[in-house]
Formats: sequence, C-alpha cells, structure tokens
Amino acid sequence: MPLSRGLGRSYGDASLLASGDARALGTTLADRILSFDEDSGVLRAEAGLCLADLNRIYLPRHWVTPVTPGTKFVTLGGMVASDVHGKNHHVAGTLGRHVESLLVRTGGGDVLECSREQHADLFFATLGGMGLTGHILEVALRLQKVPSPWIYSESYRLSGLDELLERVKQSSHEWPMTVSWVDTVATGAALGRGILFVGRWAEAGEAPPSFPKLRPTITMPFSLPSGLLNRFTIGVFNELVYRSHFRPTKTGFVSPDKYFYPLDSILHWNRGYGPRGVTQHQSVIPWETGREGIRAMIETLASAGTASFLTVVKDCGEEGEGTISFPKAGMSLALDIPIRHDTQDVIDRLNRTVIDLGGRIYLTKDGFTRAEDFRQMEPRLDQFLAVVEKYDPARTLRSAQSRRLFGDRS
Amino acid sequence: MKAVVLGATSGMGRAVARRLAERGEALFLLGLPLTELERSAGDLEQRGAAGQNVGVAELDLADPRGFESALDKADRALGGIDTVIVTAGMFKTQDALEEDRDFLYRMLHVNFTATVLFCEAARKRLLAAGGGTLCVFSSVAGDRGRKPVVLYGATKAGLSHYLESLDHKYRAEGLRTITIKPGFVKTPMTEGLKAPPFAGDADGVAKQVVRAIDRGQPLVYAPAIWRYVMLVIRFLPRFVMRKIGF
Repeated sequence: MPLSRGLGRSYGDASLLASGDARALGTTLADRILSFDEDSGVLRAEAGLCLADLNRIYLPRHWVTPVTPGTKFVTLGGMVASDVHGKNHHVAGTLGRHVESLLVRTGGGDVLECSREQHADLFFATLGGMGLTGHILEVALRLQKVPSPWIYSESYRLSGLDELLERVKQSSHEWPMTVSWVDTVATGAALGRGILFVGRWAEAGEAPPSFPKLRPTITMPFSLPSGLLNRFTIGVFNELVYRSHFRPTKTGFVSPDKYFYPLDSILHWNRGYGPRGVTQHQSVIPWETGREGIRAMIETLASAGTASFLTVVKDCGEEGEGTISFPKAGMSLALDIPIRHDTQDVIDRLNRTVIDLGGRIYLTKDGFTRAEDFRQMEPRLDQFLAVVEKYDPARTLRSAQSRRLFGDRS
Repeated sequence: MKAVVLGATSGMGRAVARRLAERGEALFLLGLPLTELERSAGDLEQRGAAGQNVGVAELDLADPRGFESALDKADRALGGIDTVIVTAGMFKTQDALEEDRDFLYRMLHVNFTATVLFCEAARKRLLAAGGGTLCVFSSVAGDRGRKPVVLYGATKAGLSHYLESLDHKYRAEGLRTITIKPGFVKTPMTEGLKAPPFAGDADGVAKQVVRAIDRGQPLVYAPAIWRYVMLVIRFLPRFVMRKIGF
C-alpha cells in the first residue's frame, strides 16, 4: 500500500518514499467538507482539506481549529499524522485532543472508523503516527468558537537566556498563547537573548471592527546559493530582528495569519537555503533540565560553526494521547539548521544532549536521527509498532523515515 | 445565478462549483453516483452556496433518456435555471484506448453524442426562459489532429465545433455559449500522467471559467498560455506534426 502524502510540509523524510520504485498517494484532491454542526462545533471533512481553506471558510464565522501549526499549508490528515501542536500547547494540548474520530484505511486494507471508543489502539497510534498506521480518509474535529477573528498580542524584548526561559514559563500561567524567538548567535551575557510573544483571541468589543485582510504573499523566485545563510549572515539578521524591537514591550491586534503563519507570507521560502536545503531539529526536554539542555544545544551549534536561522523556544504542557506523539511537559527548542557536510554529526551531538537529559525529538521535523538514538528517546516505540503490526501485518506502509528509524524493509 | 453543474464531484467541475458557492450562487448538481453528489453538495453548502441547500439528482451522461427528468428536477429545485455548466467527460491515454474497446465506445458516445444531446436539452430550456449561459468543457486536444490524442481529440474537436456554432446561432437570442479548452490540468482525470510544462491546477482554471461566465466570453483556454501554445501548433505544417510526438 502506498504511503499517503499531503502538502509535503514535513521538514524531514516523513512523506518521502522508502525506495525508488515505491509510490506515494497524494491526498490533496480528497478535500471536501462533509458536515459541520454549529451546536457541537464538530467538523467532518476528507483528510486532504487544506488548513488555509478551512480558515478561509470558517474564520469569518468565528470558528477555528483549536490547535494550529506554524504553517497553514498543511492538510487535516497531515495535522493528525503529526499530532501538531501550537503556541497554545500548554492549555490546548495537541490537535489529537480535539479529534473526535477518524476514518482510516489500514495497511491491511480495512476501512475502519476509529475513536476513543472504537478501535482505540488504532486511533491513538494514528494521532502522531506519521501516516504509518494507514491512510487517514476522514477527520472529525471539534472546532473552537472565538470571540473575534483577531489576536491580541504582546511581545517583550529579553536580554538573555535565563530571563527568557523564566518569562516563557511564567507567561504560560497568564496567556493561552506563548512562543519565543531566540538569537542563537549572540554570545556571552547576550547568549539566548530573544523576543517573547504572547497572545489571546481578542474579545469582540476590543477587536478592530473589520475582518483581517489576507496579507499579500511574495515568492522566493529562485534558489539562493547554499551557504548564503551562515553563522555570519544569520548573526546580522538576528541583530536586526532584536534591534527592530525598539521598545521593550509592544502590544496590538494582529491577524491570525500574521500571528500564526509568519513564514507563509514568503512562498517557497525554503529556496533561501539553496539546493542543499535546511533541516530542523525540534526537541522537548523536561523542565528540570530544560535550561541546561537549551544552553548545551546552542553551544553545540556555536562549536560546529553553524547557526539556526529561526530558533523557537516554547514550553509544552502534558503529554497527549497519541501513542508516539511528540510533546511532553518541558521546554521545546526548534532549530533551523542549514544542511552542510557535517549536519549528521551536528544532529548526532544535539540528540546526545536530548537523550542525556531525558528528552525526545519531533519526527515531523526530523531527517537525520539514527535508529539507535530514537529508540533511546522513545520507550513507547514498541507499543506503537505492535499496533502497526496488528493493522498492517505485512508492514506495507513505509516511508523513508520509517525505514531509517524502525528498520522497515525497503 | 441559478446554475446546474454536471460534473461537480471532482476536478475542474468541483473547483468551479466551489467558486460559485463561495460567492453565494444557487447550485444544483447532476451526475453519478448519488453518494458522491451528496458529499459534494454538503461541501458546497459549507462553502456558502445560496439557500444553504444544494440539490442533487442522478444523471448518467451515457443515457440521454434521463436528461429531461433530471433537468426538470433542477428546474423545480432552483425555481428556474439561468446557467448550465458541463465539465463531465471521459479520458484515457491513446494507448489505453486502443486496448480497451468497451471504454473507447463509451468515451466516443459520452464525450460527443451524449454531451451534445445534453447541451441540446439545456439550450432549449435556457432559450425558452429567455436566454442564459451554457458553459461546456471541451479541450485543447480538439484543436489539431495530434498523435497522443487521436481518439479523445476527435471527440473534443466535434464538441468544440458544435459549441462554436451554437454560440453563433443563438447569442442574439440571449444564449451565451462558452467553450472552455483546458490544456493539461492536474485533476483525477490526469492522475498518474507526467505533467508537461504549463500544467494548470483546477482552481486556477475555475477562476478563469467563472470570469468567462460573468463576461459571456465565448472561448477560454486554461491556463491562458495554452491559447498561444495551440496557436503555434495549429500553424505547424503537416510534415512537422508527423515528426513530433506532441
């Protein structure tokens, strides 16, 4: 059975083929909305529906997905397969918490409706299961009613890592949405300086009366040379970002598009990394060792002479229901790393820190982690593989990632 | 607008119907099977079709005996029809058609004979109501005899010819006939084929189609660049056409 592929926004090899002669099954043509119940907020749709479409149709009616990832160019099925999290993870959990049921065509060929009550093992393994349990055909998801289509946002300039981590943790008690950008190039006392963004849906009375305009997009017209984004240029960029936040605090109303999906305004932004591309490394490390871990990983990049262009730190809430779903309580660090000859080595070193400190990585971002390292991070792996075996005894569903991490035959 | 769409369950028909739904037009869907029609109707209702209730009726394009009763149902549900859109059609590659006689027979019948008969039924109704728009999907494959589309292209050549004549004959009476000629568009119909340069997507085509319906533009190549591609191809001498594989 071919692997499902939605809009291909995973950073790694999750939706790439396990072998040259394999085929992928594109899901984006199966994108119909089947029903929406205004009373319960439950939307049922075919899994190829794009989040941008869903937002365009439902935001004017003040309904949103309760959890949104950092791009709107993803399918519902992809959001389920990655069990995506967002700026509100500490209050809303992952997307899976809001999924009522799924229609799945298993690797064995059965079409099963699954939920917390029916085929629960399949349901939980499919949340965050990277498409390896079967084709997600339909998704029933509880939407959230919001008081207005605007976000009220505040941001604070913070001068160093200790202050930043302290404020991230503290602001989570006060705000439903938090995230921070970190400068990974600055050294000394400025190491880990950054900007903390917090926000909430604006109340009807305070929000601007108009509907937020869709921002124009610009297109990266061609690939820049590989290596143009390096420690030096990223340092200059970071300095500009940090300094352009003149006042220590900014407040205002912003459109959800600008707030949730800043990178979507540049189509084909990946071309900025050139033909060699970029990989991402996102990890979560338990609270007790979070600060130590983030400092160690920033130092790993520095000692390798590389840098991360967009670095995001966010606190995560409790672990969700997905069998191998990524988030758990702690500090999450996402690094964008331009690919070079030594990237495997850099990722190995980052993973060593993650393993030593009891953390784990996000498969949706991963293209380099070694099978033995993943196994050390993921004690739940055998439980997941047992469900995969049950519903796909011949293990027909494979991806380049599953082959790399679980040793699936090609 | 009170529009009947034949072929709204997938591909370009789905995309056109969505654009019409999103601006609040009243729609009625014809096609097969009923379960697919109902799923698409639900989708269009959520996207904002007027009246919130998108009606459906089964219509097998291969069987002209069912045309009148299906159009009657649409007429009753919409309270009159002013626009009829036909995107349904059949396709297989030339090699596949040469191997599948039954499919070939059906395709020749559906793409030309049955589509023309459906358009005739729709034309009479629209004219009786004082005019309207008949928008039908043909193909660039009908513009010139070409090696890869010998059989499919022949059905579309005939259909294009019919539609052009219809527009000449009835425009003065208020019937605007619009011929859409898509080039290669990524839809379920072209699944598995390698997309050539200038391949389009269904929503991009739909945008052009809706604009053409609004303006009564009689001929649309979609994506627009195919107008120029086909202009060149129409003027290529025969000895060149025999040599190239396009």
